[in-house]
Amino acid sequence: MGLEWMVLALIGYMVVAALIAVEASDLLSSVIALGAAGFGLSIINLLLGAPDLALTQVVVEIISVVLLVRVVLTRRDTSVQTHRGALRTAVVMLGGGLILAAAFFAFGGLTGGAGPEAVPPFGQPVLVHKAGDPVPPGAAAAYVEGAVKQTGSANAVMAIVLDYRGYDTMGEAAIIFIAIMGVYTILRRVGRSKPHAPPGKEQTP
Amino acid sequence: MGITIYLLTFLLLLVAVYGIVAKKNIVKIIVSLAILDYALNLLLVLVGYRTGGKAPILSPGQSTEQFVSSAVDPLPQAMVLTSIVIGLSIMALMVAMALRLHEKYGTFDMEHIRRLKG
Repeated sequence: MGLEWMVLALIGYMVVAALIAVEASDLLSSVIALGAAGFGLSIINLLLGAPDLALTQVVVEIISVVLLVRVVLTRRDTSVQTHRGALRTAVVMLGGGLILAAAFFAFGGLTGGAGPEAVPPFGQPVLVHKAGDPVPPGAAAAYVEGAVKQTGSANAVMAIVLDYRGYDTMGEAAIIFIAIMGVYTILRRVGRSKPHAPPGKEQTP
Repeated sequence: MGITIYLLTFLLLLVAVYGIVAKKNIVKIIVSLAILDYALNLLLVLVGYRTGGKAPILSPGQSTEQFVSSAVDPLPQAMVLTSIVIGLSIMALMVAMALRLHEKYGTFDMEHIRRLKG
């Protein structure tokens, strides 16, 4: 039970950090608050039994904070405090309340997670089908049972990422490649400034 | 207890949605999208958690039955691992666009970047 309270406290910390990140009057403070939230998420992953995710999250967090600081640090901007209209904010609040209510029912706030359509209650994932269980087993059962025999990997997460779901990982690599090509295309200087005037035209200063 | 954790995660998600909709500054919107990413990843990991569960790594001498009954669900973790890295690449793309927009318009304010409309 102690671990769940720690997770709860850390999610509360993440909410506070997210609020600071959204509402800070300085962009640098906002970016640093985002980093704080990300490290909180890393610790939560560690507590929830996901060390691979914790490591990845730390690395990704550092890289994204460095990227955002690179944007924010030398650029003056005065639009930080400006909001959109009150109507938009009111609509967001209303929709947010509806989403919270929907989440309350979807996650079994009243029934305690009974029924085949409900999300299983916290702490009881449907890993293996038991006799008389109303919820059908997930795909994870086959993966977990076959991880060592079929792939030889002691780490079930890596067995799934690199073997069972290898095509997903290939798609991920493709996305990274496309994103890097996009960043390069957006940020490159060639063809934007005109150091060499095209022949037959006067170069305008 | 469990429903409180889920609802707090949804609250984190709503903070991010509020930031995306109500803010005009591009950097604030990028930060809000990153927070949205965190909230969704956290929700998936929470769904796969087992009370008192261990990391899904097989110890030496452990049988498959013991492993299945003690480990947390590894499938959401594998999906989230992919999602985290994709989130980073998308953030890099957004940051590049924000840099280019600031270079062209001299501001991060969405109201002043009007030439994109129409």
